[in-house]
Amino acid sequence: MSDAHLLTRPAHELGALLTSGEVGAAELTQLHLDQIEALNPTLNAFLHVDADGAMETARSIDAARASGAELGPLAGVPIAVKDNFCTLGQPTTCGSRMLEDWVPPYDATVVTRLRAAGLVILGKTNMDEFAMGSSTETSAFGPTRNPWDTDRIPGGSGGGSSAAVAAFMAPLAVGSDTGGSIRQPGSVTGTVGVKPTYGGVSRYGVVAMASSLDQPGPVTRTTLDAALLHEVMGGHDPHDSTSIAQPLPALSEAARRGDVAGMRVGVVKEFGGEGFEADVEARFHEAVELLRGAGAEVVEVSCPNFLYALSAYYLIMPSELSSNLARFDAMRYGLRVGDDGTRGVEEVMSMTRGEGFGREAKRRLIIGTYALSSGYQDQYYGSAQKVRTLVARDFEAAFAQCDVLVSPTTPTVAFRIGERMSDPMSMYKADLCTIPSNLAGNASASFPVGLSSDGLPVGIQVIAPPMADDRLYRVGGFLEATLEKQWDGPILDRMVPLAGTKVVAR
Amino acid sequence: MNDEILDFDEVLESYEPALGLEVHVELNTASKMFCGCSTAFGDEPNSNTCPVCLGLPGALPVVNRKAVESAIRIGLALNCQIAPWGRFARKNYFYPDMTKNFQTSQYDEPIAHDGWVEIDVEGETFRVEIERAHMEEDAGKLTHAGSSGRIHGAEYSLIDYNRAGTPLIEIVSRPVLGAGAKAPAVARAYVAHLREMMRALDVSDVRMEQGSLRCDANLSLAPIGSTTLGTRTETKNVNSLRSVERAVTFEMRRQAAVLAGGGSVVQETRHFDEATGTTRSGRPKSDADDYRYFAEPDLVPVAPSAQWVEELRATLPEPPAERRRRLASEWGFDEIAMTTLVNLGALGLVEDTVAAGASPQAARKWWGTELARRSNEAGIGVDELTITPAQVAEVQRMVDEGKLTDKLARQVFDGVLAGEGDPAEVVASRGLEVVSDDGALAAAVDDVIAANPDVADKIRDGKHQAAGALIGQVMKAMRGSADAARVRELIMERLA
Repeated sequence: MSDAHLLTRPAHELGALLTSGEVGAAELTQLHLDQIEALNPTLNAFLHVDADGAMETARSIDAARASGAELGPLAGVPIAVKDNFCTLGQPTTCGSRMLEDWVPPYDATVVTRLRAAGLVILGKTNMDEFAMGSSTETSAFGPTRNPWDTDRIPGGSGGGSSAAVAAFMAPLAVGSDTGGSIRQPGSVTGTVGVKPTYGGVSRYGVVAMASSLDQPGPVTRTTLDAALLHEVMGGHDPHDSTSIAQPLPALSEAARRGDVAGMRVGVVKEFGGEGFEADVEARFHEAVELLRGAGAEVVEVSCPNFLYALSAYYLIMPSELSSNLARFDAMRYGLRVGDDGTRGVEEVMSMTRGEGFGREAKRRLIIGTYALSSGYQDQYYGSAQKVRTLVARDFEAAFAQCDVLVSPTTPTVAFRIGERMSDPMSMYKADLCTIPSNLAGNASASFPVGLSSDGLPVGIQVIAPPMADDRLYRVGGFLEATLEKQWDGPILDRMVPLAGTKVVAR
Repeated sequence: MNDEILDFDEVLESYEPALGLEVHVELNTASKMFCGCSTAFGDEPNSNTCPVCLGLPGALPVVNRKAVESAIRIGLALNCQIAPWGRFARKNYFYPDMTKNFQTSQYDEPIAHDGWVEIDVEGETFRVEIERAHMEEDAGKLTHAGSSGRIHGAEYSLIDYNRAGTPLIEIVSRPVLGAGAKAPAVARAYVAHLREMMRALDVSDVRMEQGSLRCDANLSLAPIGSTTLGTRTETKNVNSLRSVERAVTFEMRRQAAVLAGGGSVVQETRHFDEATGTTRSGRPKSDADDYRYFAEPDLVPVAPSAQWVEELRATLPEPPAERRRRLASEWGFDEIAMTTLVNLGALGLVEDTVAAGASPQAARKWWGTELARRSNEAGIGVDELTITPAQVAEVQRMVDEGKLTDKLARQVFDGVLAGEGDPAEVVASRGLEVVSDDGALAAAVDDVIAANPDVADKIRDGKHQAAGALIGQVMKAMRGSADAARVRELIMERLA
């Protein structure tokens, strides 16, 4: 193992150190809490830090280990949780005023599984309001900043999780991906983000944005860490009807193998050219050449309906969202505005929703309500569902020729904070390449493949058929091993350290 | 505001009613439609709730298999097609009794569709076509404090979410045409028929007063000879069979008055008022009500295999019409007697009473007359009386054994209905048993003979019919608690 600072070690190495007793969970947790304390004022990655709870969990893991208990490979490793996963005893705000003080009375299935695996939950990470955004700027609690350049966005909606992992505030995090909210932040922060097959990880207790698209997944610094976390999070959950009742493929084994020889790799023709930054395309094509060089068979595939995926997504997602967010009505929990004894229920509901939701949430609620309205539904929601079917057919045709598809994860490197807030369409285009996978429900991931000339990370998206998530890890494992050799270390080593970081330069 | 109404006979001179019934059946599953919470009625408010039925952020529904099973069995009993594949849908609207502000229901893919039932009304058979039967969840229960009893104008409102998520089956009929004067009776008989069917299927408690069977009665009138249907109203809060009949009658008379006066019927929801037997205007309802239905993405489609459906078909009870014919022949009842029992909702009660040991004639006598009268007086269904078939059979057994007279039996019913316990307990506590202690009886007989020497002489002279006067006096002295046959015996012994 390397002599790198503990905070920069991959989670699987930390797990090994914990297992061997070289490091204690309490010590490791304290290190991370210190790093959060040092950097969170700058980055705003965490909305809530549960220092006491984390230390208590860490000590109990240490005690269990001392008493000889058999623990999992990640037991005692700290983790950050996106703030739309319900957590007993910790606030779950979804980045919204609507839930500012809400503490759920139950744990999401993923959280239950993290706890059962002995992971130490550090706190809850910032996100775009109810996951609506690609920059974490729509959070009611201020934007998260990208540790590579604090004037830039860390991606979204899960910018808090990706920034926390990139800035060594947590070795692992969980996110949720509806149109790219795990992968795009991964791409712009030089981290790994995986959107598992829809139904591969339980959605129970993850506050819904668009039910048919949402999928929780891992946010990590290495491919193997993502695979190990995916194995902890995933698998059938009887509380989620859409959860797949099949065992997960062997993910960590695939990540370790990292072998792409003989793999048929399809480059999606539609994702390139206009709107794509030259550096992004350059890094992407270099990565494809590495795959070819390692014995992968690279072909170009055309998925013509992907060009309509963004439009379809921006009808389906708001439609479902308009229904999912209807429950925030001041009756049972969360914000209540205007209840002064003189107003009726409808007025209180209306005032609460008026003040509790931000601009982007309102924009999508209005679009979704309109798209589902009688007389318009066939034209909007109905047509979008047809496009969804066509996108799925494009994937089927492509996967008949290929084992995986690849594209840039997002057309540009991290953009500047504020740059796209007044132009929703340009913001939405950040998810251009990631959306088709959500529409089709297959597996996809983003892996770092280098830096732009400005020194900002670029990611490659890998897409695999449903329940073939292992292929993502094979490609990711290969690219990571090969590129780290080229770079003589992980991509994050090339980040200019932030002022106050506890990571001392080697 | 009092609505103008027309005489019923006048209505029929000019208009033909079209009847449509939506019946909600609350299933008797142990747990709710989409979570594991209990469906028990009457528990502490908000005690049977969890993240799912409270619609907490992040919570997801899982379909109750038993509810689907009940839905399929109901569909089959209604002679419906069972959909091999169907999705739930979200019906979106804001109301505080709904935890998610959408109701998880079925829309264009109901689990059962295109069925029919046949009902008998006054010797005529009506076929009611069933459009669909679909699954949905119930809402919570609102209690509005303040004079209006409605949400508008309430001082405050309380919400109990125990009922939220209880499985419901909504059975929607197609318009029933051509019932004419019998429309109110057809409506009642249809609901009675469904209630009987649900009971036989053992899928619901079907207690109208508790809301586990609810009926919305749609009614429209069209001029006789017209080929198009008139504008309809939907009357809610019809909580007993009698109310169904009354509500339809009232709406026919009210709508006819509106039409006859040159007005037009407003398409709206109306509420039935039990006290006055009238309906009052609720909220306007138009076909354009926009619930923004779309397929529920949190649930997978329900796809019952053909094999499962056939297995469930094999569990169906005897079809109602066949059952009626069989029971009529077993019991030796004519059609009028049977129709009376069905419309009364007492067929199953009589059957259960017979099964508990009473003769069919006795069971029919008690349910069809004595107990029917009491339920009518109380304005409730005969099945809603707090007496069970087993208790009725027990009373009859005591009559058969000579321990009770019919007159005493009626007093036992009084006691049971008043909550004084089982028949035996009522007999004991009220001292109703026929006096078989010859000592007390003999003394009473001796007293009466002594007090009526003239009558006694007549009997001694062989005028046995004169004994009736003495028997009557003895019975009176014993306050009815004597066996008249034994009194006669004792009198004849003494005056032989």
